[in-house]
Amino acid sequence: MAGAALLGRLTWRVATVTAVVDETPRVRTLELEIPGWPGHVAGQHVDVRLTAEDGYRAERAYSLASAPGEPPVITVERLEDGEVSPYLTEDVRPGEAFEVRGPIGGYFVWRPHDGGPLFLAAGGSGVVPMRAILRHRRHSKSEVRARLLYSSPTLEDVIYRAELDGEEVVHTLTRAQPPGWTGYARRVDADLLREVAWPAEDRPLAFVCGPTSFVESVAAGLVELGYAPGRIKTERFGATGGR
Amino acid sequence: MEALDGNAIGGMLYHVFGCEMTMAQAECGRCGACGPVAECEVYLGGPGVVVRCRICHTIVMVLVKVREMMCVDLGGLSKLERAT
Amino acid sequence: MKKESHRSFVSRGFRGRRRDADADPARVPPGQSVTRDFPVLSAGPTPHTPLDRWTFSIENGGVLRTWTWEEFRALPSERVTVDIHCVTRWSKLDTTWEGVSVDTLLDEVDHDADYVLAFCDGGYTTNLPTEDVTGGKAWVVYTYEGEPLDPEHGGPARLLVPHLYFWKSAKWVRGLRLLDEDEPGFWETYGYHMYGDPWREQRYSGD
Repeated sequence: MAGAALLGRLTWRVATVTAVVDETPRVRTLELEIPGWPGHVAGQHVDVRLTAEDGYRAERAYSLASAPGEPPVITVERLEDGEVSPYLTEDVRPGEAFEVRGPIGGYFVWRPHDGGPLFLAAGGSGVVPMRAILRHRRHSKSEVRARLLYSSPTLEDVIYRAELDGEEVVHTLTRAQPPGWTGYARRVDADLLREVAWPAEDRPLAFVCGPTSFVESVAAGLVELGYAPGRIKTERFGATGGR
Repeated sequence: MEALDGNAIGGMLYHVFGCEMTMAQAECGRCGACGPVAECEVYLGGPGVVVRCRICHTIVMVLVKVREMMCVDLGGLSKLERAT
Repeated sequence: MKKESHRSFVSRGFRGRRRDADADPARVPPGQSVTRDFPVLSAGPTPHTPLDRWTFSIENGGVLRTWTWEEFRALPSERVTVDIHCVTRWSKLDTTWEGVSVDTLLDEVDHDADYVLAFCDGGYTTNLPTEDVTGGKAWVVYTYEGEPLDPEHGGPARLLVPHLYFWKSAKWVRGLRLLDEDEPGFWETYGYHMYGDPWREQRYSGD
């Protein structure tokens, strides 16, 4: 099944929205039904294509939030000057559809046999592929240790908050914190990484996803801590969170 | 604009090459740096996509869609190898 | 209007970029829609040439004339308000810029070149007929909406040629090379139109 996800024919298919879940004021999850969906690997994404009546088209890539074996699900953050995200987060209703191509990706993926320990670092909507990885790890009853470092502007911006409570997650809230907050309250820096990341001698497998500046700073920080560069996988989203 | 990486064009590359390409090893023709396409710098430049070596920033690939045809220039690469 | 492939699936209610519904349609070329945003699209990293090393040159194999930043800023400048049209289908109306008319620059050299190639920090180039950058049709601008031009948008200075698609308004411009014959610049080499008139929808070679 995983093999098919990498070698199958990549065609545009119609994806019908079956349900929507508002995760935060700006973030919405869309559950999709895609006839002929071949299944996917945790970390993969889909390209979404929207076509207007006048033929105008726009395409964007969105990470799959669901684990292998689950139906395809994407989580989309609405960007202020976005072309596609406002439609996906505000306009499209269950029963309506758009085109999807995928699953795509063979680099930023995790399968249980890849082992660990897993260190996941997510900035903003970079947490979406991490959810797929964590769900897959749980479903496959993997014994691999996993820790997620998750940077968000405020607590209200934390996506999948209730679900992540069951995982080993270290939050940092960079813009504002609720009263009584005892967690990290700053952008990820070398000291924070040193305190949170698995020690390099454990030979962790790291996945870093989010805005480009977040990814580059964290990846460099992990290399500084002694992580093998070949065991740090990176996926950059646009500066404002989309791709 | 900040650069993305080869993951962002995984679908486009699959469409062009007929298979998953983000894990393919790309060798920069200018500085010799080698790494997966997923780690190259990608600029979604408007008229087209420009892929650059992460080390020396020289252009390694350009992809342009002209009407319904993709034009791909791989001239900046000295090697593009897919693991079998 | 060109028909899209019959295989495309139309999504109810999708209309593209946040549009300005009040725009006068007579000002919008075919296939464009007006936005209030100003998308940043680039082929490479933003260059950061320090102003004390910045120059603008007119060349034809050798350097005919060059200005330092200070000399350039001392040239007579104009404030213009123009509409701009990007080949990726967004247009922006009434954008204001300040800079030096290309007429002022080309008047300083003796030439009979029919074409120019704008060249830029980072290696970008684009070609234009000399006729299309003279007669008050083009500027090298350094101010946008009253503020110094942001590096993301081409600062310290970019070319502004509003009557052609915006890929011709080269960011981070450092000079013009005089040509006897038209030569394709960066995007033109890959199939974009040599001239690029948005009113005749000249997006690609052959349009």
